[in-house]
Amino acid sequence: MIPKRTFVEKLAVRIPYAWLLVFFLVPFLIVLRISLSQPALAQPPYAPLFNLLAGWHGITAFFGALSLDNYVLIGSDPLYLLSFVKSVEIAAFSTLFLLIIGYPIAYGITRTQHRIQAVLMTLVMLPFWTAFLIRIYAWMNILQHDGPLNQLLMALHIVNTPPVWLATDTAVYIGIVYSYLPFMVLPLYATLEKLDESLLEAAADLGCPRSKIFWEVTLPLSAPGVLAGALLCFIPAVGEFVIPDLLGGSRAPMIGQTIWTEFFGNKDWPAAAAVAVALIGLLVTPIVIFQHQTMRAVERG
Amino acid sequence: MRKVSAFNLAAIVLGLVFLYLPIAILVIYSFNASQLVTVWGGWSTRWYAELINDGALVDSAFISIRLALVSATAATILGTLAAVALVRFGRFRGRLLFASMIYAPLVMPEVITGLSMLLLFVAVAIDRGFWTVAIAHTTMAMCFITVIVQARLFDFDMNLEEAAMDLGASPLETFRAVTLPLILPAIAAGWMLAFALSLDDLVIASFTTGPGATTLPIRIYSEVRLGVKPEMNAVCSIMIGVVGLAVIAASLLAKFSITGRTSVIER
Repeated sequence: MIPKRTFVEKLAVRIPYAWLLVFFLVPFLIVLRISLSQPALAQPPYAPLFNLLAGWHGITAFFGALSLDNYVLIGSDPLYLLSFVKSVEIAAFSTLFLLIIGYPIAYGITRTQHRIQAVLMTLVMLPFWTAFLIRIYAWMNILQHDGPLNQLLMALHIVNTPPVWLATDTAVYIGIVYSYLPFMVLPLYATLEKLDESLLEAAADLGCPRSKIFWEVTLPLSAPGVLAGALLCFIPAVGEFVIPDLLGGSRAPMIGQTIWTEFFGNKDWPAAAAVAVALIGLLVTPIVIFQHQTMRAVERG
Repeated sequence: MRKVSAFNLAAIVLGLVFLYLPIAILVIYSFNASQLVTVWGGWSTRWYAELINDGALVDSAFISIRLALVSATAATILGTLAAVALVRFGRFRGRLLFASMIYAPLVMPEVITGLSMLLLFVAVAIDRGFWTVAIAHTTMAMCFITVIVQARLFDFDMNLEEAAMDLGASPLETFRAVTLPLILPAIAAGWMLAFALSLDDLVIASFTTGPGATTLPIRIYSEVRLGVKPEMNAVCSIMIGVVGLAVIAASLLAKFSITGRTSVIER
């Protein structure tokens, strides 16, 4: 049954709906279209989209001009493939590190008293609000050749020659783990906090050792939080630009950097659009899973 | 009784140190008197003083603040409407597409959002500048606001709205007199998040901006790409301070809203 709506109610749906159609969906269709067109030495630098005034000829010209050249290019040039592989690799390992680091933090917080839990979670979330760029810049400071980290390592005689941190994958991992940690801890905390304490007590009463309780009760029950946290970190990490650009090396760029360079550096908009479409194709499954999770989580309250 | 083990405590403490130490180091070094960013030359506020004389940087800061005000406000209106539509209107045609368009931007890599927005503006031949960035930021932020307001709408007692309607209030009056006051704290928190997101964004702004609309993150990025600079330590410290204060205000608001809600129930 769909109740009849007043004019105002209809507007409440239609205004945000129209906004998202025009500024979220249509842009993607344009990206798709441009990824199928030829680069041109013009302004804007791609073959024209379509000419409505030309009528039928305009429509045939539109379909006639479609070409898969850009996809052939990104499929055959190892540069693109390497940068896809590199992005997935970095995102996957970062997500793993984030789980390993984030889980004990989230779990530890649920062990404290309720009043303290709220304070601790605010403290965990607070850095997320300070600009992303600034947090990465802070690490540029620390990881410099003669920066605080190397000074400390030298003073403690852990190393004799200062190691190189910047422009390495290690720095990228540090940057991603550092900036995404709140996104991992929050969903983990949310599920762990709701965990039924009596199940753990039951297991303990029946003589289950503590470590086994964790692996066989706590961890499986927190699986939704693990999945939510992993998706929330993995998806944006694959397309990350700022972190690898400021902390990473230039030899093997991540996919976000490749799109950026194609676009701003080489001015090859169709190629940039094709890489973007390929990236969406890569991420569409995790994004759909994420949407279902979020929808369910929000509607459950 | 819950017990905090030594391992739990170590995880929490090390986690917080990891999160806060880099920011603390940045702020401390912003007061370094030395020109060399790695050598400590005593305390000084000279880099803060130099900022005020950097006209281009101050201009960028004002552009960013104006942008954040405009896009946060627009995003709050759109996002709240969307949340009300999703929670209160049950099923309507295209609901699934609508919901998908709300949740997808939350995780969409910024490079893709930025690129697609730009290609839209180019396709319809709009001159890029302040307003194109504002539209892009509004679109990105409204989805976050929808999720926040949605959670609050699910949370509160629908009977309150039904009671108002039974007593003869029109849907619009009910929204204004009952729903809006109850979700206002969530709306305020959403506005602040949108403000912070806009102030923070580099990638989407880089794609959608045009001449005369260089935002503060774009300016900072072009400076720090080539290395650490003492002036940038100072700019970043100021931004950390401003955002930190705003977040503390927001979390107090959220706290107030929870007490506000329980007091309504108690009554």
